[in-house]
Amino acid sequence: MTHRSPASRTLKVDALARVEGEGAMYIEVRDGRLHDVQLRIYEPPRFFEAFLRGRRYTEPPDITARICGICPVAYQMSACLAIEDACGVTIDGPLHDLRRLLYCGEWIESHTLHLYLLHAPDFLGYSNAIDLAADHRDLVTAGLDLKKVGNEILEVVGGRAIHPVNVKVGGFYRVPTRKDLAPLAERLRGALDTAMNTVAWVAGFDFPEVGHELELAALCHPDEYTMMGGRFRSTRGLDIAADEFTDHVIENQVEHSTALHAHLLERGEYLVGPMARFALSHALLGPEALAAASDAGLEPGERNPFRSIIVRAVEIVQACSEALRIIENYERPDAPAVEVVPRAGVGFGWTEAPRGMLWHRYELDAEGTIVDALIVPPTSQNQPAIEHDLYHFVEGHLDLDDIELGLRCEQTIRNYDPCISCATHFLDVTVSRT
Amino acid sequence: MTPASTELAQERPRVAVWKFSSCDGCQLTLLDCEDELLTVAERVELAYFLEAGAVGDGGKGLYDLSLVEGSITTPGDLDRIQDVRRRSTRLVTIGACASAGGIQALRNFTEVEQFLGIVYAQPQFISTLEESTAISDHVEVDFELRGCPIDKNQLLEVIAAFTNGRPPAIPGHSVCVECKLRGNVCVTVAQGVPCLGPVTHAGCGALCPTYHRGCYGCFGPSETANVAGVAVELRRHGMDEHEIELAMHTFNTWSPELRDYPPSAPTPTGEQP
Ligand code: SF4
Ligand code: SF4
Repeated sequence: MTHRSPASRTLKVDALARVEGEGAMYIEVRDGRLHDVQLRIYEPPRFFEAFLRGRRYTEPPDITARICGICPVAYQMSACLAIEDACGVTIDGPLHDLRRLLYCGEWIESHTLHLYLLHAPDFLGYSNAIDLAADHRDLVTAGLDLKKVGNEILEVVGGRAIHPVNVKVGGFYRVPTRKDLAPLAERLRGALDTAMNTVAWVAGFDFPEVGHELELAALCHPDEYTMMGGRFRSTRGLDIAADEFTDHVIENQVEHSTALHAHLLERGEYLVGPMARFALSHALLGPEALAAASDAGLEPGERNPFRSIIVRAVEIVQACSEALRIIENYERPDAPAVEVVPRAGVGFGWTEAPRGMLWHRYELDAEGTIVDALIVPPTSQNQPAIEHDLYHFVEGHLDLDDIELGLRCEQTIRNYDPCISCATHFLDVTVSRT
Repeated sequence: MTPASTELAQERPRVAVWKFSSCDGCQLTLLDCEDELLTVAERVELAYFLEAGAVGDGGKGLYDLSLVEGSITTPGDLDRIQDVRRRSTRLVTIGACASAGGIQALRNFTEVEQFLGIVYAQPQFISTLEESTAISDHVEVDFELRGCPIDKNQLLEVIAAFTNGRPPAIPGHSVCVECKLRGNVCVTVAQGVPCLGPVTHAGCGALCPTYHRGCYGCFGPSETANVAGVAVELRRHGMDEHEIELAMHTFNTWSPELRDYPPSAPTPTGEQP
């Protein structure tokens, strides 16, 4: 997949397993100086935005879920919010809480998957979680059980863990009873303990001393650690509503990637995801997550991407305690959904997928047929920032041999939990030195 | 080809997981077997499974069982699937993408250039085939596991069966049968909700009807699906012709039973006058 002149020194490492989705990394060194770094994404295009045209307004929650098996709820929620917005409907009260509960399940599942099975092995010197389990079975078992609690929420509320069937525009097909949710509460109390221990565990890892100056952006809400809706704010003063997104963010196509690259107009790369949420909404975390963050020595000013693993652990605590709170206060809604009558118009919706903000826009005609659809996933927003981070990392570590450099670059990429399916599984790392 | 594992075999059977065009949901199903994953990893060697970090021999070995996720959509995939087949004693497709082309097969009804132009400003950089096709269109497949996504118990059954040289116990009947086995009240009879259950392959345990929703066909057509017959039922319960077409042309649109629906009109997503 590389096209270098014979004079250049190239190394191809089959790498970057443990990311969601297909890509490769390309590094070019000329005369001892770093010339170019590219994160190449080869995930074959699936054309969701194209075939959504002509579909019914009720279909995007089921259809767009299939963009990503790791974070289908994020797609379902952003799609619902956008279509409801187009139709002039706002969902609040217990139906909103139930959506939040479902989303907590996905945060727990996705973050725990990444943390225990994909990311932690990097810090402990294992190539994967199966090898890790051979030496530390209890640890991996605890992680898998925590992950399972997330999936149990998805199964009870959504019907199944991957591509839940119970989500619809306007709410749900069937809402659970208090009794349905009671066993989850029991499980979540145990999960909360495991999550607190997880924070303490990962906070003790050895972290390289690195940092970055990137602008961080996340959805913000005055009184909650945001999962759905709100305004998109950044550490450098960006503060926009969902319908202003494309006025501020431009998506470019680059030759080396099937994922589009997003930049902030006149500002450049930015980063979405757990670090951004923590930086901007840290004060709104629940008491358990706040305590865990503080014990771990995590500050809102944290900019070391390797320490994102601690932030993810804190967010697992947050999602467990939030899920518990929702279940304890749950009153079954009278109707499983609000009726959503289509009308001609445009609607916008955004939510915080585990990897960061996910934006949807739909244009409907009067009968509710989709005229146009636009989706900006977190990975296309983060890809330029990941390249930026890689560039700085490689620049400072040109003395490493190709194999070591390749490995450390993979870790750098995994810090961002990129979901290349959203925007792969196979990354070739190519280092070209001339 | 001989069955991969016998009781006499010293070596654990080698299993590989491959990805083509997909959402990763079906292979994630293996990682979602939280209670069974470590046991599975002891009984079989997860020799190549990138999502779990098992790089092993880089996909360059020989495998007793290959699980293939995703559909064929790029020129490179055409060669890669042949290579996967050569390396595999048994090859099982997992999910609607691999077994029927997936939702991305909606491109098959239009000119792909048109789709490229909607998503990409510079379509010339993108390498893609005209059609998204099932794995069985390209190589011999030993078994197709259905679902978008697959069911985890069915996945465990398939792994156990193929690594022990026995046929998998996966019933070919419809969701309708599962629904009755589960003791559900029929959503169509009781609430008039249109449902694809009568023509949809079993495997999910009749999930949607359990959630008071009509089946939307994510497991694809059952073995004896009477698609024209169910269309009559759907119409009777309030769906118009356009809605029925959309329902048939979703996650399993390119399956042989559905791709020509409706028999006369060529464009599945065409507007009603
Ligand atoms: S069949 Fe469905 S769940 Fe499986 S990979 Fe394809 S889109 Fe994802
Ligand atoms: S009932 Fe139908 S649509 Fe629902 S999960 Fe089962 S096969 Fe899929």
